[in-house]
Amino acid sequence: MTHRTLARLGRAYLGLILVFLYAPILVMAAMSFNASAFYQLPFSFSTEWYQKLWHNREILAAAWRSVWIACVVTVLATATGTAASIALYRHDIPGKRLLQALLFPPIAIPWLITGTAMLIFFFGIGIDRGTPAVILGHVALALPYVIVVVTARLATFDPALEEAARSLGARPWTVTMRVTVPWILPGIVAGGLFAFAVSFDQFVVSYFLSEPGDTTLPVLIYTSIRKGFTPEINAVSTVIIAVSMGVMLLAARYSKFGGDR
Amino acid sequence: MAEVRVEGLTKTYGTARALDAVTLAFPDGGFFGLLGPSGSGKTTLLRAIAGFVEPEAGRVLIGDAPVENVPVEAREIGMVFQSYALFPNMTVAQNVAFGLEVRKVPAAERARRVAEVLELVRLGPYGARKPHELSGGQRQRVAMARAIVTRPRVLLLDEPLSALDKALRVEMQIELKRIQREVGITTIFVTHDQEEALTLSDRIGILRDGRLVREGPPRAVYDDPRDAFTARFLGEANLFSGVLEPGGLRLGDGVLVAGARTATVAVRPENLRISLTEPPAPIRLRARLRQRIFAGAMGTCVLDWQGETLKAVGRDRDFADLPAEGEVWLSWDAADTIPLEG
Repeated sequence: MTHRTLARLGRAYLGLILVFLYAPILVMAAMSFNASAFYQLPFSFSTEWYQKLWHNREILAAAWRSVWIACVVTVLATATGTAASIALYRHDIPGKRLLQALLFPPIAIPWLITGTAMLIFFFGIGIDRGTPAVILGHVALALPYVIVVVTARLATFDPALEEAARSLGARPWTVTMRVTVPWILPGIVAGGLFAFAVSFDQFVVSYFLSEPGDTTLPVLIYTSIRKGFTPEINAVSTVIIAVSMGVMLLAARYSKFGGDR
Repeated sequence: MAEVRVEGLTKTYGTARALDAVTLAFPDGGFFGLLGPSGSGKTTLLRAIAGFVEPEAGRVLIGDAPVENVPVEAREIGMVFQSYALFPNMTVAQNVAFGLEVRKVPAAERARRVAEVLELVRLGPYGARKPHELSGGQRQRVAMARAIVTRPRVLLLDEPLSALDKALRVEMQIELKRIQREVGITTIFVTHDQEEALTLSDRIGILRDGRLVREGPPRAVYDDPRDAFTARFLGEANLFSGVLEPGGLRLGDGVLVAGARTATVAVRPENLRISLTEPPAPIRLRARLRQRIFAGAMGTCVLDWQGETLKAVGRDRDFADLPAEGEVWLSWDAADTIPLEG
C-alpha cells in the first residue's frame, strides 16, 4: 500500500469514529425538532417538544437537581481531592504508596457494583436514601479522578518553588495559594470537569441512593423511557448536550486538560 | 546582617551520616564557601541553616539566637536555588516583590525597592518579563534580586552558578561578588567547583563525609592544606611519600627532600620545574615525561615517577624545549614542599 492510500484509510477511519460518536446525537437533536411523536418522516420542524418540556415540571426539577448536585459534587471533590493530592505530594505519610495504589481500582470497578456496595454500606451505617447520600456517593466516585489528574500535574512541579516561597517569608497557606495552586490549576480544572461529568452522568449510584420521586435527570430519563418514550426527552437531552459541549470545549481550550502550559 | 554559627550539627539519612558534629562560624558580612565532593553534606548543612532540614543534634544560631524553633519563613533568610526556582506564573518584578508582599510592605515602597534591586542586578528594564523569556544568567540575577530585596540576615546560595556555561559562570562570579560587597550581607555559598570557591570566598570550609575537614581563608588553606584530601580537593597536588630522616624525607628512589618533616609531602603542579639538564636545585629527581598537553596560555606535563603519575603546570613556552617524551629532571624549591599529616 502506498503512503497516500494509508493516509486516506486513516482519514476514513477517523471519519467513521466521528460518525459513530456524533451521528446518534445529531439524529436525536434533529428528532427533538420533529413534530412527529413517533420519529416519523418526513421531517416537519416544530418546537412543540421544547414547549412541552418547558411545562414539564418533573423533568425540569430533575434537571435542576442534577445540575446543582453536580456543582456541589464538583466543589467538594475538587477541593478535597486537590488537598489530598498536595498532602500526598508534600508528606511521606505511612502507607502512602498503598493509599495511592488504592485510588485506581474504584475507577475500574463497575459502577453497578460500587453502587450496590454503597447502598448496603450506607444502609448499614444509617445514612438514609436521599440527596445527601447521592452527593456523598458521587463525591466518593469522583475523588479518585481528581486526585489522579491533580497528582499527574503535581509531578511536573519543582519542589524548590515551595521552598523558595517559604525562604521568602511565606506561610504554608500562602505558599499553597500563591505558588502551588497556580501551577496545578490546569489539573484542578480538568479534575473538576471529570468530577462534574461523573456526577452529572451518574445513573447507577443515583438510582440506588435517591428517593423515588426525588431523582436526578438520568434516573428520570431511564424511568420515563420504561414508561414510554416521548420526544421531550430528546429535547432535554439536546439542551444538556449543547450546554455540556460548550462548557467542555471552553475548558479544553483553557486548561489543555492538564497538559503543558 | 548577622553572624551565623552551627554547633555540633548532626543529621543522618538512614545509616548515612550527612552531617557529623559540624561546628563552624560564618562571620558577619563575610562570603563563606562550603566546598566538598557530592555527598559530603555541604547542601545538607546549608539546608539545615535555612530550616529545611531538621538536625538530630546540635543547633543553628543566627545572630546569637538559636533558631531550632523558628520555621523557615521566619528565619529572615534569602536563598538562591540551583534551579533558581523562579515562580513561572509571575513576572520578574512580581517574583522580586513576593517577599515584600508577604511582609505587607506598602505598595509604593515595594515598587521602589523592587526597582532599586533590579537596578542593582542590572535588570532594570526586565521587570515585566516572565522568567521563561530570560537567559540563564538573567534568571540567576532575578533569583539573586528576589533573595536580597527583603534585606535578609543571611544569604544562602546553593550551587547558584552550576547551571551556567563556563564563560557566563566567570562573569556571574564577578557579579555575585560585586552584589554581595554592595549589600554587605553574610553569605554562605555551596559549590563543588573549587576554583569558584577560591575566587568568591573570604573563607572556605571543606567537608568530607559529613565532617568539616578544614576551614580558613582560601589562600591559607591552599598553601597549607594539612592533609592529602584537602591538598588534592583544593587545587591539584603531587604527593610524595617516603621515610623520615634527620635531614628530611627519603623517597623510594633515594632522593632526599631536604627540610621535609612529614612522611608525606605535596608539591603543587605550578611549583614543579622540568629541565633536560641536571638543575642546581637541592631537591631534584629523575622522571619520565609521558605527555605534553597544550591548553592555550598554559601547558600541562604528565610525568611518570616510580610508578606514580605527576603533573607539572606552567606557561606553555616554558615547556617548548622539551621533547614529546623522555627522561627529564624535576625540581622544586624547599619552600614549596607542603607538609601533610597522616
